Amino acid sequence: MGAQKKPAVARVRDDSEDLTRQRLQAIVLADSFTTQFRPITLERPKVLLPLVNIPMIDYTLAWLESAGIEDIFVFCCVHSSQVIDYLEKSEWYSRSNPNLLVRTIVSPKSTSVGDALRYIYEQQTETSQIQGDFVLVSGDTVSNMPLADLIQEHRDRKKKDEKAIMTMVIKKQSRLGLGSDQLFIAVDPLTKQLVRYEEGNARIGDVCLDKSLLDSTVLLCNDMQDCYIDICSPEVLSLFEDNFDYQHLRRHFVNGLLVDDIMGYKIFTHEIQSSFYATRIENLRSYDMVSKNIIQRWTYPFVPDINFSGKCSLMLGRQGIYRASDAVQSRSADIGASTVIGYGTRIGNGGKIFNSVIGNGCSIGSNVVIQGSYIWNNVTIEDGCEIRNAIVCDGVKIRAGAVLQPGVVLSFNVVVGRDFVVPTYSKVSLLQQPTTEDSDEEMEYAGSSSGTADLLSGVHNLQIESKASELGPDGTGYIWEVCDSAHDEEWKHSVVPIPMDKLADITRAMDDDDIEDESVVPPAGELKSDTDSINTDANDDYGYFEREVEETFLMAIIKDDVDHVIRLINSRRFAYNMASADCAGAVFYSMMRLAVNTPHNSASELYRNATTIITKWKGLLGFYLKQIDEQIEVIMKFEEMCEESEELGPLFAQIVHFLYDKDVVQEGAILRWGEEKAGADECDKVYLNQCEAFIQWLKEASEEEEEEEDS
Amino acid sequence: MPDVQSTVVEFVNKLRKRKIEGSQATAKCTVELLRSVISHQRVPHANQAAALIDAVKAVGEQLVAANPVELAVGNVVRRVLHIIREEDLSLTTAAMGGLDLLDASDDDDVDNCKGIGYPAMSAAVVAAAARSTLRPPSLQTLLEGTPESATVPYTSSSGADSESKSKSADKSSLTRKLKHDVIEGVNQLIHEIAGCHEQIAEQAIEHIHQNEVILTLGSSRTVLEFMCAAKEKKRSFRVFVAEGAPRYQGHLLAKELVARGLQTTVITDSAVFAMISRVNMVIIGAHAVMANGGVIGPVGVNMAALAAQKHAVPFVVLAGSHKLCPLYPHNPEVLLNELRSPSELLDFGEFSDCLDFGAGSGSIQVVNPTFDYVPPNLVSLFITDTGGHNPSYMYRLIADYYSADDLVM
Repeated sequence: MGAQKKPAVARVRDDSEDLTRQRLQAIVLADSFTTQFRPITLERPKVLLPLVNIPMIDYTLAWLESAGIEDIFVFCCVHSSQVIDYLEKSEWYSRSNPNLLVRTIVSPKSTSVGDALRYIYEQQTETSQIQGDFVLVSGDTVSNMPLADLIQEHRDRKKKDEKAIMTMVIKKQSRLGLGSDQLFIAVDPLTKQLVRYEEGNARIGDVCLDKSLLDSTVLLCNDMQDCYIDICSPEVLSLFEDNFDYQHLRRHFVNGLLVDDIMGYKIFTHEIQSSFYATRIENLRSYDMVSKNIIQRWTYPFVPDINFSGKCSLMLGRQGIYRASDAVQSRSADIGASTVIGYGTRIGNGGKIFNSVIGNGCSIGSNVVIQGSYIWNNVTIEDGCEIRNAIVCDGVKIRAGAVLQPGVVLSFNVVVGRDFVVPTYSKVSLLQQPTTEDSDEEMEYAGSSSGTADLLSGVHNLQIESKASELGPDGTGYIWEVCDSAHDEEWKHSVVPIPMDKLADITRAMDDDDIEDESVVPPAGELKSDTDSINTDANDDYGYFEREVEETFLMAIIKDDVDHVIRLINSRRFAYNMASADCAGAVFYSMMRLAVNTPHNSASELYRNATTIITKWKGLLGFYLKQIDEQIEVIMKFEEMCEESEELGPLFAQIVHFLYDKDVVQEGAILRWGEEKAGADECDKVYLNQCEAFIQWLKEASEEEEEEEDS
Repeated sequence: MPDVQSTVVEFVNKLRKRKIEGSQATAKCTVELLRSVISHQRVPHANQAAALIDAVKAVGEQLVAANPVELAVGNVVRRVLHIIREEDLSLTTAAMGGLDLLDASDDDDVDNCKGIGYPAMSAAVVAAAARSTLRPPSLQTLLEGTPESATVPYTSSSGADSESKSKSADKSSLTRKLKHDVIEGVNQLIHEIAGCHEQIAEQAIEHIHQNEVILTLGSSRTVLEFMCAAKEKKRSFRVFVAEGAPRYQGHLLAKELVARGLQTTVITDSAVFAMISRVNMVIIGAHAVMANGGVIGPVGVNMAALAAQKHAVPFVVLAGSHKLCPLYPHNPEVLLNELRSPSELLDFGEFSDCLDFGAGSGSIQVVNPTFDYVPPNLVSLFITDTGGHNPSYMYRLIADYYSADDLVM
């Protein structure tokens, strides 16, 4: 009935509004373009992985449908045939719901969001599928927020301001829970316009803000979570087309718009009310988190006991236990709180299962302990196994007495041998780990489908030839090696709750951020190695910073604009979290380098080079050399340089004198430097001695001045 | 037909997604949907009632499965089934009466062929039988002493009846008549559901007296209309509204009451016991009334009922007849309840830290039930559109509205 009403209403409105009355459309990216779920995603697309026994994409589609979306385009890349098969069999395709049309777009070549949107854009010119504003989400989004108002808000804003092309949904949430990176965003509190978006390492506590932004009020948040739900105008697609190097939606597109200021396009944010839920499953940790939230019903009405996707629903008992009606459970088995048990699953005597999700058709032996784990469908677990915080995919067999330590991921059809202990955080698959690991995250699923096929054929061989598996004598499967860089991060992304010591680290690190002085040594103990690495990091950072400043400086010379250089260097400075003194040092360093690198024949010529450069750019130096401390830093930096470069050494005193003459460095700084250095070793005093006369002169001059003032 | 199918799917979807709130709205949608199902159902010549029943049952099962917690759906489906059976029976008996009068001469002849039905009986007996099937056994019918055979379920006979009369000339008109009558009956049901508020409100004057203090909890349109009706009759009284956390629907009710000129005070749910001594009557709207007289109402109602019992304050439940459910509550706190999102209690953003942070620190469990069950012994009076009833009388009302065959769907 509603279907008949809607077009009627549209017709009643005048024709000018007819343009705005479009069908609500959504693009669902059925591929996350990341490798977080490997090795599972080598065999099955992420969106079809069961989340509390229902494929993720069903949550997304059900949500979009209930939010009133009428056209859904499901974009499939890798494993597209699986996604399409699933959709065709599911209720989404077959249902006679007149209000919802689900279509698929297949492009196996796309390796990033950018590619996907470009492909859609190209297709669109032929068929004009996307008619207006659309919702862009990924197929692993779980939400229950309403969209209609949000889309209306976006359209109204668009009508007023042609440049407002995107509305991003954000939500207040602790980032730890989801294992994603820290996010800093800067928003105009009145218009909700997004002015800065920075995803980064939690350890760097600074964001770089353009100075001009600070003219108006800016709200800086670091407790927001990006929901990856965007309302986009068609311009977004064409922007991707125009900027063919955009790959990542956030890193390239959003930051591209914000930083490079393309055609003045604006992005706005919308913070969802706390009563609604919206999260994307980015990694195993958020998989765990979202599963728990679903069991705790935050996603209502998309919960296991409500039949929202056309599958059979489960019965909810007390203590949050969801149980299928035909699950068979021994009386002596202990099923604890927050557990889901799927259809046709049998549980043997004396088992202990809590905080876990058990899929359909599993058979679980007696005296099995399962805690905080996700057991998918048709898994066989024999007697006496112990499974803690693991993900066990379809068809896995775990033989008697085997133990899965926290963080284990068993991919499809793996067999774990008798009494074998799978070490913590290991990922096991029938497929061998691709040797050429793509360092670039965007290039997901190396070699895409063909590569997978090769690997799959390898499985067959594996089963025939080598029985001596890495998983015990009667097991099959390869344990994947974790690359070193990822190893530290493993705890962050796995299903295991964050270990207490790590948690302590993080909270301490957060506290440290508050303390200005970086050199504060935290209490000795397990943290020590960490702090070491921070320090080395800092040194490295300075090196990088210096190099970058030099590059910017050299580039800027050509443009010959002091303000511009200052802006550029400032942005570097914030990016690397450097003090003003560091900047001054780096700028001066790059000037001297320029002087040294300029061809010259004699020391005097070098001196002349240096003086011209300093004269020309003293405004720039002056910007950073407002404090005496900073000036001292420059002198010390210069001293360092002179030590390295033989050419500059003899010119030290002259150049310092020149700096003094040009008012770049004040006498106080030079005197302080002299005092500080006075106590140093003899070998360090070379340059001090060189300046002896100059300092002496300065002292006398100042005394005379004082005397004059006194008299 | 595909048209009906798609509306069914649409409605099922809405029920599943919990898009329709309130039992009256659900009941109305259900009955309208069933009407269109019936009107689109093609009826075979033989056994038309059974065909209609099957069609309605099939749709009804889908609807009930879509949201088993919304009992009004099942109630309405059963009501419609009951209407079909009733109309079928009255048609059959009427036709039979006609036949019997014709065949009255050769009584013995027909008496032998038992399969044909009850032609052996006189028209008066048939009429009595019809009446007794329509109206479940009451004291009066018991005293009338109708023969046992008359109360035999007629379903077995209906098929035989229609066969026996397949030759009769007015057969085709009969078929049309059944469907017509059924739709007429369903229309009456629609009318009844739509008008239940007024029917109940009409009785307000008998229950609310001058200068009384009334306590209510949550929001119910029936309660609103009830009180306003009393107000219109120049009764002056005060209303305490318990806000009904966590959905705070009491706030809305209070706003409406004030708009209609009633003296209204909002209190927290936890203040109910403190206020109950000043209250003359508790009036609440039910979500459903079970066969034993127990009430399913907004969460917090049980507490209010206990408080009322403690202070001997009458606890009155208003319920339209579509809320009468022929089922008995087993484990109502769990099976007939709906746990909603914890976000109504807690702010997800603020509490996400302690919801799941690891094995060391426990996580918060939030339970947010929508409904509460009030056992029948706490209820003083039910006011339905047919008048006031005792909790112990509920099963009798239910026997009036539903036929025993449909209790288990």
